[in-house]
Amino acid sequence: MNPTPAGAAVPAPGFDARPFALLAALALAALPLVGDAANWATLTLAGLAMGMIVFVIASGLTLVFGLMDVLNFGHGVFIAVGAFMATTVLGAMGGFVASPSLAANLGAVGAAALAGMLVAGAAGLLFERLLVRPVYGRHLKQILVTTGGMIVGGELIKLCWGPQMVALPLPPALAGVLLLPGEVTLERFRLLALLVGLLVLAGLLLVLNRTKLGLLIRAGVLDREMVEALGYPVRRLFVGVFAAGAALAGLGGVLWGLYQQSVTPQIGAQVNTLIFIVIIVGGLGSTLGCCVGALAVGLLANYAGFLAPKAALFSHIALMAAVLLWRPQGLYPVGAR
Amino acid sequence: MSAPLIELRGVHTRIGDYRILHGVDLAVPRGAVTMLLGRNGAGKTTTLRTIMGLWRAAAGELRFDGVSLAALDTPAIARLGIAYVPENMGIFATLTVRENLLLAARGARTLDELDTARLEWLFGLFPALRKFWLYPAGKLSGGQKQMLAIARAMIEPRRLLLIDEPSKGLAPAIVLKLIEALRELKRADATVLLVEQNFAMARALGDHVAVMDDGRVVHRGAMAELAADEALQRRLLGLSLGAHQ
Repeated sequence: MNPTPAGAAVPAPGFDARPFALLAALALAALPLVGDAANWATLTLAGLAMGMIVFVIASGLTLVFGLMDVLNFGHGVFIAVGAFMATTVLGAMGGFVASPSLAANLGAVGAAALAGMLVAGAAGLLFERLLVRPVYGRHLKQILVTTGGMIVGGELIKLCWGPQMVALPLPPALAGVLLLPGEVTLERFRLLALLVGLLVLAGLLLVLNRTKLGLLIRAGVLDREMVEALGYPVRRLFVGVFAAGAALAGLGGVLWGLYQQSVTPQIGAQVNTLIFIVIIVGGLGSTLGCCVGALAVGLLANYAGFLAPKAALFSHIALMAAVLLWRPQGLYPVGAR
Repeated sequence: MSAPLIELRGVHTRIGDYRILHGVDLAVPRGAVTMLLGRNGAGKTTTLRTIMGLWRAAAGELRFDGVSLAALDTPAIARLGIAYVPENMGIFATLTVRENLLLAARGARTLDELDTARLEWLFGLFPALRKFWLYPAGKLSGGQKQMLAIARAMIEPRRLLLIDEPSKGLAPAIVLKLIEALRELKRADATVLLVEQNFAMARALGDHVAVMDDGRVVHRGAMAELAADEALQRRLLGLSLGAHQ
């Protein structure tokens, strides 16, 4: 069948680009404040890369909340699992990590990312089965139980990897900076993070917008009960989304650990508040909104860190307040809940 | 006479501390439209939701073509061939008309796998669906949303349609169009259990009727008999169909 039947007289409404305009406005507003164009471009690229890492971490959480109305305050555990798996895998692949070859370095980081995603995904399955499933539909209990899960998960991580900070140095080909035209600099690792983030975004949008599975997830976010009444078991779908979200958090943990070049058992807790802000800013359940929200947080954190370092601590909260005043349901609301 | 397609015996349903259904007995014959009437709060919507497993029956027996629904969850009940159009229509607002219909077609993974002839039949019944094919369903008018909700229930052959107050909030002209579409469905020998408060619609479509009051079925019979008996209408419903033409 032709996807658009003859007589489809009313075209689809245009794409709402205003949230992207917000990013542009944010960047342009920072230009006169930063003053120097090269510094501004460097900060902008660094902010976008940081935003992409935050997006990778938060993308699963927004679907989990949107699809099953689950407030998972334990998402940080999967970030920490991913980051610590990176220390283990990269430690075991010393030859690849120490090599000056970009291919060898990328191979090692790729293996770490894969291991981080697999173990975090498996941890996600366990977390859902043991902690989340008994408290479906009960928000207060979800907050208590998942926060408890975060604490217990943190202690288990200490048992496996110890309580101390573990160094996670960048492989040589990924360390250092790229010199771009106009004296603009970009850390090599941030470029990698930017590319990984774009790949994750493209993959998620492809699945969500071009497949029946994605259609089911988007519909489940809007009205879970109706999807079930159409004959689809949403709970099974949710378990898959939860595990995929945990795996993405694991990937984000690998990137975040490499970004900070060290890992502590508290690494997940450190970004937990940030990722909740990102998914609220983006619109709960919206993948694209999550990405735009994460980029805005990344940009603002970098500009504020340069211009007024103390303000960087609360810049994302100010951003959330401003966005919610403009769009109370976030940048890309997914529908009335 | 063949066995009813769906049968409820002594069904009780509770929502929290409230007992809503107090022993519903109902049989829906095959290939006919059965109207479920009653005042607000009589338990009509709860009956449909209990059949779909959206609220669980606390006691009693529900059988669909001989199969007990007691142990089945909502998706399994739907996969037996039961389509449900809820009172709020259950439209996925940010999905397009096309996506709403594709989602309802469990046998199709892509648009190419949709039954083209059936889709054209639906376009014939509800031309607005073709016109707004690529439009977000949430931006349709109330009548168009209702048509999409019913089309979604009909996108693949289903054995039983449960439709909850399709005329609610719609303008009279739209209700007439809806009646025409449901008549077409009736000509296709569909089995329908239709909750309705619009008595003109009930009379136009119903073959059989069950009237509920206080969580029980208090009357069952032919729709034509109820339509012809004003005293019975007043007793069961507190008004007469004649006053609602």
